[in-house]
Amino acid sequence: MDRFRMIFQYFQSNSESVMNGICGLLALASVKMYTCFDFSCPCLPRYNMAYGLGIIFVPPVALFLCGLILNRQSLLMLEEWRRPQGRRKKDLAVIRYLCSSIMQRAMVAPVVWIIVTLLDGKCLICALSDSVDPKKFVGFANSSPVQVQQLLAKVPCKDDELMRNNTSRKAVSRYLRCWSQALGWSILLILIVAVFLARWLRPCFNQAALLQARHWSNYIDIEQKIFEETCCEHSRLFAHKCILHFFESMQEEIKLRSFSLPREGEEAEREEDLLQGITDQDRVNKLLKTWYYEKPALDISLATQR
Amino acid sequence: MDKFRMIFQFLQSNQESFMNGICGIMALASAQMYSAFDFNCPCLPRYNLAYGLGILLVPPLILFLLGFVLNNNVSMLAEEWRRPQGQRGKDPAVLRYMFCSMAQRAMIAPVVWVSVTLLDGKCITCAFCTAVPVETLGNASHPDLSQEEMKLVLARIPCKEIYDGQELIANEVAIRYLRCISQALGWCFVLLMTTLAFLVRSLRPCFTQAAFLKSRYWSHYIDIERKLFDETCTEHARSFAKVCIQQFFEGMSTDLAATRCHLPSKAPADAGEAAEKLLGITDRGTMNTALKSWHRCKPPLHLHPPALPTGNGWAGEGQPPVQPPVPRREMAAYYSRV
Repeated sequence: MDRFRMIFQYFQSNSESVMNGICGLLALASVKMYTCFDFSCPCLPRYNMAYGLGIIFVPPVALFLCGLILNRQSLLMLEEWRRPQGRRKKDLAVIRYLCSSIMQRAMVAPVVWIIVTLLDGKCLICALSDSVDPKKFVGFANSSPVQVQQLLAKVPCKDDELMRNNTSRKAVSRYLRCWSQALGWSILLILIVAVFLARWLRPCFNQAALLQARHWSNYIDIEQKIFEETCCEHSRLFAHKCILHFFESMQEEIKLRSFSLPREGEEAEREEDLLQGITDQDRVNKLLKTWYYEKPALDISLATQR
Repeated sequence: MDKFRMIFQFLQSNQESFMNGICGIMALASAQMYSAFDFNCPCLPRYNLAYGLGILLVPPLILFLLGFVLNNNVSMLAEEWRRPQGQRGKDPAVLRYMFCSMAQRAMIAPVVWVSVTLLDGKCITCAFCTAVPVETLGNASHPDLSQEEMKLVLARIPCKEIYDGQELIANEVAIRYLRCISQALGWCFVLLMTTLAFLVRSLRPCFTQAAFLKSRYWSHYIDIERKLFDETCTEHARSFAKVCIQQFFEGMSTDLAATRCHLPSKAPADAGEAAEKLLGITDRGTMNTALKSWHRCKPPLHLHPPALPTGNGWAGEGQPPVQPPVPRREMAAYYSRV
């Protein structure tokens, strides 16, 4: 039992830290991906906007989905939501708690990507360069509209032959970068303030319900892990007995000396106990089906009274 | 056996994390391979497409197959698929589960290769440079050039040093255009793959959870049973060898009747223990028959004490064993001669 207690404590303390760790790793991976990514604005009138906005918004969606996939709790939440009621009622507060915790963790990497993108500025310069008002900039005020569009679209490409020494290009670039960085810092500030307020004001609203929801969501997590552990243990014993019986049946047929189980007495009894009378395939299947369709009631007082 | 129990639990709980680790290492190896690979576009009209698409598609196939090769469970799946039915029926759901979990892990490295290739852009630039829309991006009004000659010029776009079509279409413009298309394709591919993975993972609890629990249990069971059988055989082989050698030395000492040849002095209690571990199988013929029988006719999944199998296989209750016990009659005949 000591071993089980140690395992419980390990799982309890580490479930949250494992998920926080994964969240942090995804955020770092997001920054690394951005720095490795070779941003290459097409510098063509309509393509710029599509490319720039695509780079700002598509990778965050992929990162968000990755965050959901890598989080163990999302499976737990879905299983709890979709299971048949059986003898255990469903608590919507627990499901809501799990959902919000999953969403919060999954949002970190996409937000990091968006902020890094905005602070760097290349994406917004690419996306909005041909939407800038040409009258504000000296070099572009005197050309025809079509030419202006073409020229503005080439602003993000420093090495283009038309733009190489164009000072107006640098002006547009600086202007857009300034907006981009202002937007980036504002978003960061708003988010930090929102998170700060949420954390400080949460205890003022319904703390008791929150404690309950958190307890039962931890419970579901641990219960799932222990069920898997117990199944492993059971299948190991099952296999052990099966193999021994196999060798036994071989011997009985060739009628050699009588076979005695290598271990009798206490240890064999303990193993029988652990198998709990579930000794064939149909019973195992029934056990697994019942576990899913009719989870036991959260009431162990009857078991302890026995 | 306590030591074995701990090792099995470790392996079982870490089997998944071990396979995930291999999966991650292959994905990193795939990205590293791409950056180490010296991409060399041929810059000739038809060769470009073949080279570019080849680099995009052939290494992922190799990585996918490698993913299967490196997975320990492939032989387990093959064994379970091809074994004779014997007293234990076969469950296709378990086979499907094993195959799906292996295929999902093997898919990761190829997906990483394709994503990195598309996001880098060199492959698509090489493959599709002859398809650049010259009318919109450059000056299509070059009357001197025929279709073939234009293709020849465009094919040299990836090779900046030998490109001679600057009046037709600027090299940087074409490369930027192709790279933009390639990166857009790359990000769409990444998004598609992540969405697929998310759907696969989240639809399972909604629809097939009970069947999933069953398949997962039995596939783990098959794995553990195989390992335990190997362990039991190893222990048996050890005891067999011990007893065999003891008998040899005993035989030697009685033959020579010499005091010089001392037995490796094992007490009778030890000999008894080793003999017990032999589980009654004491010669090669019997061991061979046991191993053959293990493959041909796996025992039913039913642990009640009566040794005679009652024939409860995978397929359901009340089904008689498919194979009549012909091999056993052969064994009895063999032994009656001894």
